Amino acid sequence: METKTIDTHHVPVRYFEGGKGEPLVFLHGAGGVTAEDPLLAKLAEKYHVYAPLLPGYGDSEECGELREMLDITLHTWDVVAALGLKNPILAGHSMGGMIAAEMAAIAPNDVSRLGLICPAGLWLDEHPIPDIFAMLPYELPAVLFHDVEAGTALMTAGVALDDPEWLKGFLVQNARQMGMAGKILFPVPDRGLSQRLYRIKAKTLLIWGDSDKLIPPAYAHAWKKAIKGAELVSIPEAGHLMTLEKPDHIVKALAKLG
Amino acid sequence: MKFTWFNLMPWPYLPDDFREKHRSVWVDIDSRLFDPAKSHEVYNSYMDMLEYAGTLGFDGIGVNEHHQNGYGIMPSPNIIAAGLARRTSDVGLVVLGNSIALYNPPVRVAEEFAMLDCISGGRLVAGFPVGTSMDTNYCYGQIPALTREKYQEAHDLIRRAWSDPDPFAWNGRYNKLRHVNIWPRPIQDPPPIHIPGGGSVETYDFCIDNTYSYSYLSFSGYIRAKALMQGYWDRVAERNAPDESPYRAGFAQTICVADTDEEAERLYSEHVSYFYNRCLHVYGGFADAPGYRTIKTIQTGALSQYAPPIDGYSSLTWKDLTEQGHVIAGSPETVRQRMEELIKGLNVGNIFCLMHVGNMPMDKCMHSTRLFAEKVMPHLRGMFPDYKDDNRFWCKPLAKQVKPGSLPAEKEVAAMVGGKD
Repeated sequence: METKTIDTHHVPVRYFEGGKGEPLVFLHGAGGVTAEDPLLAKLAEKYHVYAPLLPGYGDSEECGELREMLDITLHTWDVVAALGLKNPILAGHSMGGMIAAEMAAIAPNDVSRLGLICPAGLWLDEHPIPDIFAMLPYELPAVLFHDVEAGTALMTAGVALDDPEWLKGFLVQNARQMGMAGKILFPVPDRGLSQRLYRIKAKTLLIWGDSDKLIPPAYAHAWKKAIKGAELVSIPEAGHLMTLEKPDHIVKALAKLG
Repeated sequence: MKFTWFNLMPWPYLPDDFREKHRSVWVDIDSRLFDPAKSHEVYNSYMDMLEYAGTLGFDGIGVNEHHQNGYGIMPSPNIIAAGLARRTSDVGLVVLGNSIALYNPPVRVAEEFAMLDCISGGRLVAGFPVGTSMDTNYCYGQIPALTREKYQEAHDLIRRAWSDPDPFAWNGRYNKLRHVNIWPRPIQDPPPIHIPGGGSVETYDFCIDNTYSYSYLSFSGYIRAKALMQGYWDRVAERNAPDESPYRAGFAQTICVADTDEEAERLYSEHVSYFYNRCLHVYGGFADAPGYRTIKTIQTGALSQYAPPIDGYSSLTWKDLTEQGHVIAGSPETVRQRMEELIKGLNVGNIFCLMHVGNMPMDKCMHSTRLFAEKVMPHLRGMFPDYKDDNRFWCKPLAKQVKPGSLPAEKEVAAMVGGKD
């Protein structure tokens, strides 16, 4: 994937681009995404992939003007416009799925295919989502992965989670990225989306890991109920970070969007 | 020097195995450990203790705001301060403070502080903390990355509400108010403002720009606070503040006084241990919601000062705690010497004396407090002679204050209203 920058109204936006085929915009989750991400690589085998970073992620500039859901939704539409795309496939993981769904609800005539990978954005009292903002690094893998041991290695590239240098970097990166994510996910990731989902006209595919412990599969059913005609693909032995654990399965499922 | 007797109001009945069996004293503390019937006595004896300190020559008695917290059972310091306002005189009421980003709209704080200032006859010293991440983000749900912006707006709104004689409209980002016109208004114009901080550069600048006193409220003592306070004074110099008055700064210190050093250990070590082992047992995940602290602050390294010792507090003995300055304890002479070291070393004019510690019973607390007031405080009064008239950071009570209980006797009333009895 190539790393590029594009100007938008508020702030220059970093994005990764690669592959050939139909344009697909991928919106990352609260943990961010890198040029080496295995899902982006797999997607690039089939699609022309654009993966913009939300301001504050990776090495991208922060943006104080983006404060709430509507700001972020419209900003991301600005990114799509700046990339010169019309009606690309919109796909998003977790927080990115939440943003993609908001985009599709706010501009239903501009999105015809929507791929939501265990999206955030709804809240069910009977299935409270763990407070990821209050977790210590070593506690994350158990919530994020199906295979916790393998997941830990993926998350840290082999470095120990209590390594002081790694922790320092993590602290700064976490403050920037999760600080930004907190604007729409903290403390309860409900920004009224459930009242807007009825507006979505896009053909919608929900992809959920069977062992997602962060946003458990009960949410898949709530989403399916809220979006007319949405189809659900469950992936066995996959946790919330199935983008790392099962990229092949995700790409295969997305083919259903046509 | 200004000395404030400061109380956190800890819950004194946390079980012996609290640390082992419970994740955190703050945010998600097990509410079954709270006994409302027992709290009746706990609250009232703490208020008695604050009133007692108010009779001993302290400049202020202080309270603060915490939420869902076993070491600070004071979610509304204003309620406590209202009680104290009626039963004290002369002494400053130091409310350090109200977490102004938490109130919608924050004119509520402008109003309540005005009421406290009026009831107390101008004795309010107001505090405006950004608030810890535990209180502000985890308990009260404020979005971490927006907390500081919201705080700034709340501050600007309160200051204007206190001072603008005419009704005004407020078109803020977080507050939309067509008619701001608070009633009552504070006696002091404005009440002195202290800002508790934990090392954010932005807070240093905020205090310098507004002539507010910067208060570092730590539990780790004056030795470990040195670098952080030096950071503040460096900033004062860098920014060319008009002077380096020590009253621009305050510091909270745990203090225990007894007749001798040995006696201090015998009397207080159990309670100090309760405080450091049970009251400070906070789950690490609640320390700092991501986005709450700015990158600039994280990168200045201030956090290393803020963080607890590497093995936590639980491994620290009485000797460690006193030698490393977490606690200043001992005979009046020992305490005086170490207080001088603190005051000179940090260049602070306002001391918040944490003299009730953990589960300390009131008799011991009274003993320690009286010894400090009589045998330590007088020797420290004259420090900073160059700034002895600097009253910018302290309250200015009315010369003539009314006394509660001033109603006429029933008989006189009958005579006045009816002319017969």
